[in-house]
Amino acid sequence: MSDNVGNICEAMSQIRMKERSAEEEFPDLSQHNNLMAKHLTLDMYGQLRERVTPRGFTLNQVIQPGVDNPGHPFIMTVGCVAGDEETYDVFKELLDPVIEDRHGGYKPSDKHKTDLNPDNLKGGDDLDPNYVLSSRVRTGRSIRGFCLPPHCSRGERRMVEKLSNEALDSLTGDLKGKYYALKNMTDAEQQQLIDDHFLFDKPVSPLLLASGMARDWPDARGIWHNDNKTFLVWVNEEDHLRVISMQKGGNMKEVFNRFCTGLTKIESLFKEKGHEFMWNEHLGYVLTCPSNLGTGLRAGVHMKLPNMSKHAKFEEVLKRLRLQKRGTGGVDTAAVGGVFDISNADRLGFSEVELVQMVVDGVKLLTEMEKRLEKGQSIDDLMPAQK
Amino acid sequence: MPFGNTHNNFKLNYSVDEEFPDLSKHNNHMAKLLTKELYGKMRDKQTPTGFTLDDVIQTGVDNPGHPFIMTVGCVAGDEESYEVFKDLFDPVISDRHGGYKPTDKHKTDLNFENLKGGDDLDPNYVLSSRVRTGRSIKGYSLPPHNSRGERRCIEKLAVEALASLDGEFKGKYYPLRSMTDAEQEQLISDHFLFDKPVSPLLTCAGMARDWPDGRGIWHNDNKTFLVWVNEEDHLRVISMQKGGNMREVFKRFCVGLQKIEEIFKKHNHGFMWNEHLGYILTCPSNLGTGLRGGVHVKLPKLSTHPKFEEILTRLRLQKRGTGGVDTASVGGVFDISNADRLGSSEVEQVQLVVDGVKLMVEMEKKLEKGEAIDSMIPAQK
Repeated sequence: MSDNVGNICEAMSQIRMKERSAEEEFPDLSQHNNLMAKHLTLDMYGQLRERVTPRGFTLNQVIQPGVDNPGHPFIMTVGCVAGDEETYDVFKELLDPVIEDRHGGYKPSDKHKTDLNPDNLKGGDDLDPNYVLSSRVRTGRSIRGFCLPPHCSRGERRMVEKLSNEALDSLTGDLKGKYYALKNMTDAEQQQLIDDHFLFDKPVSPLLLASGMARDWPDARGIWHNDNKTFLVWVNEEDHLRVISMQKGGNMKEVFNRFCTGLTKIESLFKEKGHEFMWNEHLGYVLTCPSNLGTGLRAGVHMKLPNMSKHAKFEEVLKRLRLQKRGTGGVDTAAVGGVFDISNADRLGFSEVELVQMVVDGVKLLTEMEKRLEKGQSIDDLMPAQK
Repeated sequence: MPFGNTHNNFKLNYSVDEEFPDLSKHNNHMAKLLTKELYGKMRDKQTPTGFTLDDVIQTGVDNPGHPFIMTVGCVAGDEESYEVFKDLFDPVISDRHGGYKPTDKHKTDLNFENLKGGDDLDPNYVLSSRVRTGRSIKGYSLPPHNSRGERRCIEKLAVEALASLDGEFKGKYYPLRSMTDAEQEQLISDHFLFDKPVSPLLTCAGMARDWPDGRGIWHNDNKTFLVWVNEEDHLRVISMQKGGNMREVFKRFCVGLQKIEEIFKKHNHGFMWNEHLGYILTCPSNLGTGLRGGVHVKLPKLSTHPKFEEILTRLRLQKRGTGGVDTASVGGVFDISNADRLGSSEVEQVQLVVDGVKLMVEMEKKLEKGEAIDSMIPAQK
């Protein structure tokens, strides 16, 4: 490693050769509205640009997505990414304030709790299927020792794919499944995956493209799913692994059970081979985007809320329940036919069980409210306190 | 940049086999010529400013290409790229530029008086004439690799140089990021405005980083001489006007370019040039003259003639739609320009356009009268 540090210093000095003063290099963030732009000062830039992670990720690479994507007046994007595990430490002067801002005041000294014991979830097996059409839990995982998607080389990415395949191949029972590499998928396989809503494609979002995540597409990218089509793993998309448990209807408990069981099995299979997931007691699971730190978990349902969604207090209710709404196409899509994607808003500072509990309890309440409004009754007495 | 040399040595921990890109579905010059051996030989190299082999080839890896269109699939990050990675660039250049050898010398001739004729292309057919080229400023990295500070320096130097032009070259600079809506509308109507690249060929090479910082458009008051700053190259210089007086367009082009070059030289920043590759630009396809001289010309009959492609090939010309590269022609109007860039001079290339367009207009006229053009088919130039 010390060999590499020497090489990196030399490499850094080459880059610095062409760079000018901090002032001349500092990005123009005057039109920008994202967390990076909000927190990056000239002084900070001057200080941090001297540094590099052990695997060579630089400040400019951290902030490039935020420089290239000024953002939206209404949607606060993060605007920075990690290239490896050490990014969060080497560039903490920038990333700590970004994390604090994004994750409700989470402090550098705070500890994050991980709880993947599904028995700790109360209820969640009886969300009304007349309203709750489907239930889903997803998270991401990074494999320690490898660079993250913005920075990894082809060799590293292929190794991540290889290790993931080995782990997933040894799953059994309800979790037994198959891997479909993006680059040699048959047309028939592709169509089936599209019909199942499993297929992911080359990112088009400029937020992702600007970070370099789409390099060498579709090399070493693929989709694994179990035969039952209820457990799905994306390999080398925005994170090393994205793990998804899903099924139709409202049995969130079953979905979460499978999620925890599957994840824990995969983790132990990796450990058997001498590889673990990136995790620490401050940031929980370490992922590419700071917004996904902690649990990396988004648990949600597609549910019918045609009346509730038009109620003046809809946004307020969601906020108090610590939930967020999306259209049924996922982030940045619109709701269709009064059907919304309702999920936890938090990622860091709460455990997996706590977040899924919020979804379960919140969705139950929203369903009650919808039923009341259907009958033309008031929902004022049902308004929750801020969780 | 964009994806950094600082990781390059770390990658060497993986074998060549593990790192070599999968080019099995690819059809571009880089994919055709980059072998595993070459990759292994060059992958630990970097230019003095840290541009690596993976930086050179990333755009070609990310863009497999098209069965019919052979893209280049590699870019330079600085002047030294063409030397440090010559084992890849030399074969690519040879393949792209008609067998141009590593030992060949390129001739630069920007003396417009050496052009014969060109002032009388028939305006009933030739709607407009245009000559463009690119220039890179010595001592700075190229658009795939340059930092914000470098890009801003280039902009500053360019603006200073252009501000000192006078007479028919007196003009104004419009930086992209502080353009008013009115200015933007006008530039669009004049067909001068360039926008953030959407072509993945360009974005994958990192040329669109920090957009629109350091980018802008300068044009003279007459709207016949235009400079793009920090788009695909440091400078893109364009001379244009309606009608068929290519001679005048080329004269203005040469005079303007030379004026600009003098000013840059005074500030100790000449243009990147050498006697083998001529003018050094970001894309290997633009080496040499970097010149595309062309016309928009009405050829509704000739374009449907079975020998149209053959004629163009023999005249060393190429056709494009009127929206530029990768667009379709509209109403029988084609963009006809020189196909070559390297191995012939500016005067020679514009001469080919002038002579070739004259001939094609004659052919069009014959076909209009229902006559044959067989006797007019030219020999291979």
